[in-house]
Amino acid sequence: MKPEELKYAKSHEWVSISDEGGNQIATIGLSKFAIEALTDLVFMELPTIGQQVKPGEACCEIESVKAVSDIYSPVEGEVIAINEGLPDRLETLDSDPYGEGWIAKIKIASDAGASDLMDHATYEKMCQESE
Amino acid sequence: MSQSTTIQQTPLHDWHAAHGGRIVDFAGWAMPVQYASIVDEHNATRAAVGVFDISHMGRLAIDGPDAAKFLDAMVTRRVDNMRPGQIRYGLMCNADGGILDDVLVYRYADGTTIFGQAEYGLVVNAGNTPKIVDWLTDRQIEFAARLRDLTSETAMIAVQGPQAMAIAGELTDGDISSLKYYTGRQVNVCGVPTYVSRTGYTGEDGVELIVTADDAEPIWATIIDKCVAFGGRAVGLGARDTLRLEAAMPLYGHELSESIDPVAAGLEFAINADDREFIGRDAILAARRANGGRVRVGLQLEGRRAAREGSTVLAEGKVVGEVTSGTFSPTFGRPIAMAYVDRLVASDGTELAVDIRGKSAPATVVSLPFYHRSR
Repeated sequence: MKPEELKYAKSHEWVSISDEGGNQIATIGLSKFAIEALTDLVFMELPTIGQQVKPGEACCEIESVKAVSDIYSPVEGEVIAINEGLPDRLETLDSDPYGEGWIAKIKIASDAGASDLMDHATYEKMCQESE
Repeated sequence: MSQSTTIQQTPLHDWHAAHGGRIVDFAGWAMPVQYASIVDEHNATRAAVGVFDISHMGRLAIDGPDAAKFLDAMVTRRVDNMRPGQIRYGLMCNADGGILDDVLVYRYADGTTIFGQAEYGLVVNAGNTPKIVDWLTDRQIEFAARLRDLTSETAMIAVQGPQAMAIAGELTDGDISSLKYYTGRQVNVCGVPTYVSRTGYTGEDGVELIVTADDAEPIWATIIDKCVAFGGRAVGLGARDTLRLEAAMPLYGHELSESIDPVAAGLEFAINADDREFIGRDAILAARRANGGRVRVGLQLEGRRAAREGSTVLAEGKVVGEVTSGTFSPTFGRPIAMAYVDRLVASDGTELAVDIRGKSAPATVVSLPFYHRSR
């Protein structure tokens, strides 16, 4: 996926929404900016299939040498797929954060959080300002 | 004392900012936590050499005929028999035996000029400097001794790793290879007067250098250039923490605090309680006799998920202690931690568990330090 075509949460998750058989499916991951800020990744816990998630609530976590960070779901719904092998090849998050580094797919249940998502340009600006 | 809210900068701040240093507020100082990867900085120090700006550490000089007597009354370690050039690790405690700070006491070598007339010095933790200055100022009145805080007019640089002595030697006029552990002397490094000591906080061989603030940036830049040629690099506070944790060196605010006494902290070597008086002595002797309470241990975990400060330590589901520092060890590729646990479960090999954010992870008590450098 192209980073320019994705939406972003303030907490640095990206989201791509597609229509699959009438269902709105969100694929989520972590932005390149977030991965570079974390550095030295050592551990990741994925959400579980069937888990109910919503914006502002931690759905899983990622750990670097320095600290543990929560990953938040940018949308409300149910986890229907996870990138099983990702915790065993965390370097993928750095090498292909918007493709092979995807984290989970969520069947969207409501439009909660949708209005808080940023387009790529707005997100880039936020990242630059935080540096 | 006026409470300053300004974040202090070391004389090397501009260098850090210009070289990718990620600056954070640490104990009131703007310090680089890392320049790029903490693991790379850690590994460079273990394999070759790392260079650290430690100018945030408090540097105090003590003048006057009673300087030794004064420090001897304040520190758990004997000071009044130190020879010129010697350095000792000790603790400053309150009357209850609570640790106010862990400090290095310096008796400056003969011929030292950069600290003025002072014959003795202290290096204290950045976050404790105002507290220690106040504590000593309140007590120096009974002694013919005067305290000066030299922190802002000097800088301190650590050069640590298997190549550190060779590099420091090449940059020094005169021989420092004969410098014994925990001794120091003034020499010229890169042509400027420098107090060089064979001390450190990484578990590696190496030196710590004190120079005037004005000399800091040129000497730092020269050392960095030299170290890069040896496979070394500048190292931030992130790797300083993982290095010291592998070497099981306590960090104030984690393993040490006013509610922990030196006996519980396992720092018996830093207590000289025979035939002398110092603040906290009675309480420390009582803690020795009581032989109870929790003690500091090392924990080794499986997998990749680190136990962090504040994690609860459990034995058969019962709380028996708490983690004070924990990380994923770059050297060993597994999580390690230091914790205070009940004495009954403190012996090496004891199988415990750590609650890591709601999940129980097996942990084994291991002897400290985790890391011994090869000599």
